[in-house]
Amino acid sequence: MADDHHGPTVRIYLAVFASLMFLTALTVWVAFQDLGMFNDVVALGIACTKATIVILFFMHVKYASRLTWLLAGAGILFLLILFAFAMADYVSRGWLGMPASHYLQ
Amino acid sequence: MADHALHHDHPHGLAHQFEDMPQQKESAVIGMWSFLITEILFFGGFFATYLIYRSYYPEAFFEGSSHLDIPLGAFNTMVLIISSLTMAMAVHKSHEGNKKGIMVYLILTGILGLTFLVVKYFEYSAKIEYGLVPGLVWHPQGENSPQLALFYSLYFGMTGMHALHMIIGIGLLIWLFIKTAQGTYTAEYNAPVEIFGLYWHFVDIVWIFLFPLLYLLGTQAGGH
Repeated sequence: MADDHHGPTVRIYLAVFASLMFLTALTVWVAFQDLGMFNDVVALGIACTKATIVILFFMHVKYASRLTWLLAGAGILFLLILFAFAMADYVSRGWLGMPASHYLQ
Repeated sequence: MADHALHHDHPHGLAHQFEDMPQQKESAVIGMWSFLITEILFFGGFFATYLIYRSYYPEAFFEGSSHLDIPLGAFNTMVLIISSLTMAMAVHKSHEGNKKGIMVYLILTGILGLTFLVVKYFEYSAKIEYGLVPGLVWHPQGENSPQLALFYSLYFGMTGMHALHMIIGIGLLIWLFIKTAQGTYTAEYNAPVEIFGLYWHFVDIVWIFLFPLLYLLGTQAGGH
């Protein structure tokens, strides 16, 4: 692509915009369908897809240097570490059916 | 010595510590992404708190969410997506050094940002009217009132911090607009427009997650 240097073309921006609008409508529609526990999964899946599109095209990461990729990736990695470790603690509390103080004696 | 520095042949906008414009711009973009990492983790703390209490008190979160206005939330989501498009276009125009183009798209972005805040103002007013503001006016009396208060604390904390970012963004937009009008940005020197665009899109992404997590959750209130 000739335009690689300056980022995406106007046509790509419009396509990105159209897909973001479509995904917004989709996420509202899906919210009114009863999918049980999968409502959350679908809603977060759509949100992650939208975020990825914004990062790659509007924020030019697709066209950026590898160092920029590394920084954007590091942000997401540390966010996942924050979620994973916090949830690992809170979700597993009570699994052993005895208070934590039991171990402190 | 000073004379030498003064007469040094610098392109417009190039700080003396950089080799050339692309290197300077790369540094600006890298610097902005470093800042955005801290922002990701700042909002990440909110999202982690949401995740934990949501998993502890799903019913209260469903109920709290069902009082939020989905049409207004969806409208604001679209407003922010359009503003991201106009911001991307402002950056696009800055690459061409098109001063008038940058100004037009910055104004559109600013108007859309203000539209978002006005809608948010009406939403907050309604919450105050119905007594759904923990610590200020709190009417729910039911058994799960404390858990409901947790949901609304998170609602105001998260959307409030997001709105604060929007207000700061609009302030920066006005500054950028003035600098553009003064002819500061050219096809070669436009890094400030570009890195402000990164900030604006980031704030949009935060809302992309807030909308389903806060507003759309309540549609399942009848479930379990």
